[in-house]
Amino acid sequence: MIRTVSLVKEYNVGGSVVHALDQVDLEIKAGDMVAITGPSGSGKSTLMNILGCLDRPDKGEYYLAGEDVAKLGKDRLAEIRNRRIGFVFQTFNLLPRITSLENVELPLLYQGHAQAKVRASKALEVVGLADRAHHEPNQLSGGQRQRVAIARAIVTDPAIILADEPTGNLDSRTGVEIMAIFARLNQEGRTILVVTHEADIAAYCRRQVHMRDGKIQEIHVASAPPAPPSPN
Amino acid sequence: MLFWTIIKVALKSLLANKLRSFLAMLGIIIGVGAVIAMLAIGTAARKQMLGFVSALGTNLLVVRPGQTSFRGVVSGNAQNLTVDDALAITTIPHVSMVAPVVQGGGQIKFEGKNTRPNLLGSTPTYFTIRSFEVEPNHGRTFNQTELDRQERVAVIGPVTATNLFGDAEPLDQVIKIKGINFRVIGVMKSKGDQGFFNQDDQVIVPLTTAMKQLFGLTFVREIDVNADDEQNLSQIQSGLADLLRKRHRLLAEQDNDFDIRNQAEMLATRMQTVQLFQMLLIGIASISLLVGGIGIMNIMLVTVTERTREIGVRKAIGAKERDIMTQFLLESLLMSGVGALLGSAAGVGAAALIPRLTDNKLPTLIDPFSIVLSVSFAAGVGIVFGLYPAWRASKLDPIDALRYE
Repeated sequence: MIRTVSLVKEYNVGGSVVHALDQVDLEIKAGDMVAITGPSGSGKSTLMNILGCLDRPDKGEYYLAGEDVAKLGKDRLAEIRNRRIGFVFQTFNLLPRITSLENVELPLLYQGHAQAKVRASKALEVVGLADRAHHEPNQLSGGQRQRVAIARAIVTDPAIILADEPTGNLDSRTGVEIMAIFARLNQEGRTILVVTHEADIAAYCRRQVHMRDGKIQEIHVASAPPAPPSPN
Repeated sequence: MLFWTIIKVALKSLLANKLRSFLAMLGIIIGVGAVIAMLAIGTAARKQMLGFVSALGTNLLVVRPGQTSFRGVVSGNAQNLTVDDALAITTIPHVSMVAPVVQGGGQIKFEGKNTRPNLLGSTPTYFTIRSFEVEPNHGRTFNQTELDRQERVAVIGPVTATNLFGDAEPLDQVIKIKGINFRVIGVMKSKGDQGFFNQDDQVIVPLTTAMKQLFGLTFVREIDVNADDEQNLSQIQSGLADLLRKRHRLLAEQDNDFDIRNQAEMLATRMQTVQLFQMLLIGIASISLLVGGIGIMNIMLVTVTERTREIGVRKAIGAKERDIMTQFLLESLLMSGVGALLGSAAGVGAAALIPRLTDNKLPTLIDPFSIVLSVSFAAGVGIVFGLYPAWRASKLDPIDALRYE
């Protein structure tokens, strides 16, 4: 599903070159659930941005569902973000002043999808928020907001869901609930990549990629798939 | 569908900052309102002018005494046009009618009431040249016989009639003009107040009567000359000048001691003045529209900064640069559009109010085209001044935008 070959990203900070990514080779198979962990400055955010097609690598190749997307133009990247990638952010990033349903619809509207409303309602059902469809974000709790954000991420049926510290702004109990949703989506066949610095969140994932200084330091594979967490 | 969502988001963000949005729109509101009100004044003035031209007829030349001057020394206003001059003018080719006119003021009385209308003495041709008509079943104008016999008969304007007689019948009543008895033989049809003076408040008597009995004059104030065709006006004009110079025995180096005015040309000039003045006012109003555009640009720049994160999110979920551009352009268009609608209402209101506040001295007439024009101009301003903020929004880097606090 995802394969990178020798990804390099460099930043010029005050005259000296910092290697945010240094020859990163990574492969994520369809249906996998992967955590990327590492301290801040390890390059995990940069990797996330490139995998999410928000940024382009300086060198290397990035194949998403077989297509080399490393060198595509801005509009093509926007299309790929729209159709093949679902984002879940630490701060939810729902648009204020419009309802949950309208938030979930948004990616479909950018495609000009004919049945956006129906699809968005279904996505809200999947995360168990059908009854909050007409609430605006400020009327929802943090956990509910993140579930709306997940619904928005899955509504286009993307190849991969990228979650950047999805539980970072939630209390631990709600965090567990959110991870339970990710685990369930993964069991239904979705590929999920979670960036986190919390070991117990990473533990929900079958594979854990640990980064340090722009390099992949080690890949830990759980011997058995982790038990789906129980929210209660 | 995306379009409606964008409109909805834009409307909600406008409503969320009501005061700010209103202040940003104020320039557009004032600009559009001012343009509509100014055009309404101009349209009414132009219509009045056109009415004047058709009331006067375009075949008319007016001869008035000019300034006498000899070798550049001006020696006062001449009293030099005579009835004989007028008679001589009738021989000029293409002249169809001539009417010498004297004019003055004086009190007119009927029983207890009195009024001071414009007093005119002229010939029967005057009524035809100036297209004055008598109200049906309200008598007639005077004829040549009455003119020749210096009879004391008067044709009065409708306003004068009302002032003197109220609802009573003026016909065949005897009125006193400067203490002399005159019989009312006709009441004229209303021509409407033409702005310069009210043609409906006039009394017209035979020229001879006016000159000998009322004013004691030997000279006339003006001679109205009617051409058989508009095209012959310039030919008549030069014939007139030659004739009068000869009759007044002017030397070659002397200037004309009379003025020949082409009424249609005069009005055209006055119309140009009105139009120029109107353009000036519209120019000022347009500056307000431009300032309004700057106000909108300012607010849009603030909005773009405030919503940097939203822009980042939209980009992350697949909005292209042109989607973001469209969104913010639509928002500024919406703002200028709402401003233009409010401004139209203000302009229409002002146009209704101005005549009342100025006691009908400044009439207004709204041309629907002026609303279309100013609203589309405002929309154009919204787009032009929305372009830069929208472009800035569309160029934001999604990563930076998402990180923006």
